[in-house]
Amino acid sequence: MAEEVKVFGAWGSPFSRRVELALKIKGVKYEYIEEDVYGNKSPLLLKYNPVHKKIPVFLHNGKPIAESLVIVEYIEETWKGNPILPEDPYEKAMARFWAKFVDEKCLPALWTAGFSPENERAKAAEEACECLKTLESALNGKRFFGGDTVGLVDIAANFIGYWLRLIQEATGHDLLSAEKFPALFKWSDEFVSCSVVKDSLPPRDKLLAFFKARFAGAAQTNASN
Amino acid sequence: MAATEEVKLLGFWVSPFVLRVEWALKIKGVKYEYIEEDIFNKSTLLMELNPVLKKVPVLVHDGKVIAESFVILEYVDETWKQNPLLPQDPYQRALARFWAKFAEEKVLEGAWNALCSQGEEKQKALQQTIEAMEKIEEELGKKQHFFGGESIGYLDIILGWISHYIPVWEEAGSMQIIDPIKFPATTAWINRFLKHPLIKDTLPPREKMLVYFHQRSKELGSTSHGWIRV
Repeated sequence: MAEEVKVFGAWGSPFSRRVELALKIKGVKYEYIEEDVYGNKSPLLLKYNPVHKKIPVFLHNGKPIAESLVIVEYIEETWKGNPILPEDPYEKAMARFWAKFVDEKCLPALWTAGFSPENERAKAAEEACECLKTLESALNGKRFFGGDTVGLVDIAANFIGYWLRLIQEATGHDLLSAEKFPALFKWSDEFVSCSVVKDSLPPRDKLLAFFKARFAGAAQTNASN
Repeated sequence: MAATEEVKLLGFWVSPFVLRVEWALKIKGVKYEYIEEDIFNKSTLLMELNPVLKKVPVLVHDGKVIAESFVILEYVDETWKQNPLLPQDPYQRALARFWAKFAEEKVLEGAWNALCSQGEEKQKALQQTIEAMEKIEEELGKKQHFFGGESIGYLDIILGWISHYIPVWEEAGSMQIIDPIKFPATTAWINRFLKHPLIKDTLPPREKMLVYFHQRSKELGSTSHGWIRV
């Protein structure tokens, strides 16, 4: 059965990388299409995601799906090997709760803390640290949020595992440190060294350069405000 | 299914998020104990059960605690198999989840921001909400009775707040979001939903809601972004 599986993404986006990671965990072959999200969005992207006009977009035998975590759940339900969600409904609910918390609370707080103007940084950093503190205790001695293997929450938290460390390097502002959050810091090392994850991360130097430029741009904008 | 199951729901009388969970439990025919929380004076019980977000709804099923209405809904659907809420087909499920997220971010947040703000900010929020509703209208135009088909499903439950809260918010906020002429499919769906036997007796009293939201919108001004503080 020749299946058509395509991912429309952007090289530096944690969101499209979530989808790629889920597919790699499941061993599903797919075609990747790079979108120029800052320049020219392709007619195909606009056709498959008319509502948001964003990546990632997932195409399975011609059927499009948007929203990274919606896509990841679809992948889980369609390809049964190497599950990323527990079987038990309660454990599943816990995973979904934490994935939502990471996606809707943590990521915006961390991004703001990374790039907000000097006078707002303290407050933003405080909120971001609250999130990290909560995640630190949610990890609860486990190697991954998913237990022994990478699961939905780890996938959702990919930004924290990899992107955040590079943002910290680019901006010089440390939110996630081994001193403050030992378990979460260790998790981020485990996460990025995991073989299936390693292959699905954007190149370090390229992403670091991107964040340095972004930070410089933000600093300029903030200084002129 | 256990012979004696203990299902409790911590809620707040006017929360649309709590209402969703009640609708899901009623559709499944699950008996539950409802515990009213005063969200302006949170109980130690709530703080213990939902220390992360300190919000309602919280479902407690045989001692297992779950928060977040979307997460609770999926748990309810997976735990009690009768009258399924989500479709069986993974692609249809993905579409339902997509639209649920869309409506939450663009319609619920948009309408709430429009209610609580003034002037240019209000107009902008209103415009965004109406544009989002146009996409919902398009989706409803393809459906028979409800998003779930012949019977109420997951997406009807997630969006159901629109039927009862939007008219109240329109009045409290002196604005119009759903013009029946521009939104025929939505208007028809609203009427069907409100008349549904399992829904109509669950709705909080309109007059009481009007007073509540009138006051609340004044208190909040334009400071509400992100997480809704109903």
